[in-house]
Amino acid sequence: MTDTSSTVRVSTATRLYVYVSLSLVAAIVLVPLVTTALGGFKTLGDLRLNPFGLPSEWVWSNYVDILFGERYWRQMMNSLIIACVTVFLTLVVSSMAAFCFAHIRFFGSNQLLNYFLIGLMFPAATAILPLFIRIRDLGLLDSYWGVILPQVAFGLGMSILLFRNYFRNLPEELFQAAFVDGCGYIRFFWYISLPLSRPIVATVGIVTFVSSWNSYILPLIMLNTESKYPWPLGIMVYRGEFGTDWQLVLAFITLTILPTIIVFFLAQKHIIAGLTAGAVKS
Amino acid sequence: MNNMTAKISGASVMGVPEKVRYKSPTARGRLPALIIFLPPALLLFTLFVILPMGEAAWYSFYRWNGYGTPTEFVGIRNFEVLFNNAAFSTALINNGLIIVVSLLLQVPLAIWLAVMLGKKIRGVVAFRLIFFLPYVLADVAAGLIWRFVYDGDYGLFAAIAGFLGVATPYVLADRDLAIYAVLAVVIWKYFGFHMMLFIAGLQSIDKSVMEAAEIDGATGWQKFRYVTLPLLGSTVRLSVFFAIIGSLQLFDLIMPLTGGGPSNSTQTMVTFLYTYGVTRMQVGLGSAVGVVLFVICVTIAFGYKRIFMRND
Repeated sequence: MTDTSSTVRVSTATRLYVYVSLSLVAAIVLVPLVTTALGGFKTLGDLRLNPFGLPSEWVWSNYVDILFGERYWRQMMNSLIIACVTVFLTLVVSSMAAFCFAHIRFFGSNQLLNYFLIGLMFPAATAILPLFIRIRDLGLLDSYWGVILPQVAFGLGMSILLFRNYFRNLPEELFQAAFVDGCGYIRFFWYISLPLSRPIVATVGIVTFVSSWNSYILPLIMLNTESKYPWPLGIMVYRGEFGTDWQLVLAFITLTILPTIIVFFLAQKHIIAGLTAGAVKS
Repeated sequence: MNNMTAKISGASVMGVPEKVRYKSPTARGRLPALIIFLPPALLLFTLFVILPMGEAAWYSFYRWNGYGTPTEFVGIRNFEVLFNNAAFSTALINNGLIIVVSLLLQVPLAIWLAVMLGKKIRGVVAFRLIFFLPYVLADVAAGLIWRFVYDGDYGLFAAIAGFLGVATPYVLADRDLAIYAVLAVVIWKYFGFHMMLFIAGLQSIDKSVMEAAEIDGATGWQKFRYVTLPLLGSTVRLSVFFAIIGSLQLFDLIMPLTGGGPSNSTQTMVTFLYTYGVTRMQVGLGSAVGVVLFVICVTIAFGYKRIFMRND
């Protein structure tokens, strides 16, 4: 920002320096990604001789086989189901609780809010063994619920905080008007708070979806049937199975991260804002 | 995102000092709202966050394989084993190393890029997007991609070594090099996020300060050194805070790269917990790691905010 404020034009030398530096860093970011995608089009021999360049002969079968197989789609589907249910439950449960903390004063309300905020302080890994035993004793091992419920629970601290702060900043006059008209809390929540809260619903939704879509440790511990594996787990199994057939592994990696990359470029503004704001505000 | 830094001070990680605003007493349905709205969150949170944490503290004093009830009380034996374990010491050192590297490399890199991206030059916005991209990718995918990059037979490192005519390095199989290879991936994956923090931090700097410096004839470097940098203090502290939190839970990235090896040289606390606690079902030992991790997290959450971020 050093120079944005000034009206002085950026000199050509500075411009060149900036372009060269940024391009260099961009190359370090992009080369691993691009070579991974290209690697999926090569034969193993080609990959060995020439991991950087374009394929000497474009082999489509690596990608085609994966796309026409059932495995890839099943993993994507598993991840999608787990992420969608996690997002839905998180939004419902945390917005309701946050509404109470924002608008209703009750005995011990501050203490109770602080209780939820304890969840912000440590990662799920800390309690992973007792969590495993609890899920096992509840009979939820090897089911989607065994992954979803802990994910929702560990996301509650941040989501409740984000929702509460947002609800509290809605204009006071809304309340007075609604209450004079005889509107109760529950109807107020449903008809006024929620419809006005789209930005924060989006933020919480994006943060929760991304972390669920990418999550690895919880499914790793809770699931043991391969047909239920979400993709981060599936991709590790795939790599274990095909070992040094890197061309297949690279094609598989490319296809699994493709949805993320497409969605990221389509909704980059919301995603960047959501992920940074979500982290910072909590 | 302009008002992001303004909001940092509003809600702290640990507490909510402000009083809950008292609402109009005429509103109906206070009790039904509380009865319907609170229990789901309370139940989930207690069952899957608070109780497991309490149980971890309890189990950490037992030797237990996870079946039946824990009966074999061993006192602080699990903690003794832990702190005498060479792999756990390595894990602690590695976690510390990640924080140090973040402070010495990632923060300067992120500031450097943020300052460049703040200049009014055409096309820089696209770079912002590219730099943030690794952050949205799953750690597991990033780990596997870099496993390919580092691969000594098929990967990019093999090709580079071939081009330079030197012996092919197997970095991930080298006890001394593997951790640095992992650190490079950590930076590759996360610098974009930190850069975004600094871009927001730079935007919140008052423009008149910069204009005043210009009128006083400050050079570009002087403006950066004496105006921008001091005003970025709170963002630096925030960035380091995230690096610490990230380091303490680092697991997903390590597993596909090295799995904690070779010979435990790339263990972190969480990979150690997984390797020795979960896969061997040593609930007592694993819980003891969880307790240590918990104590470190809470100490940092309270201590760091109190010492370094009190003015922010």
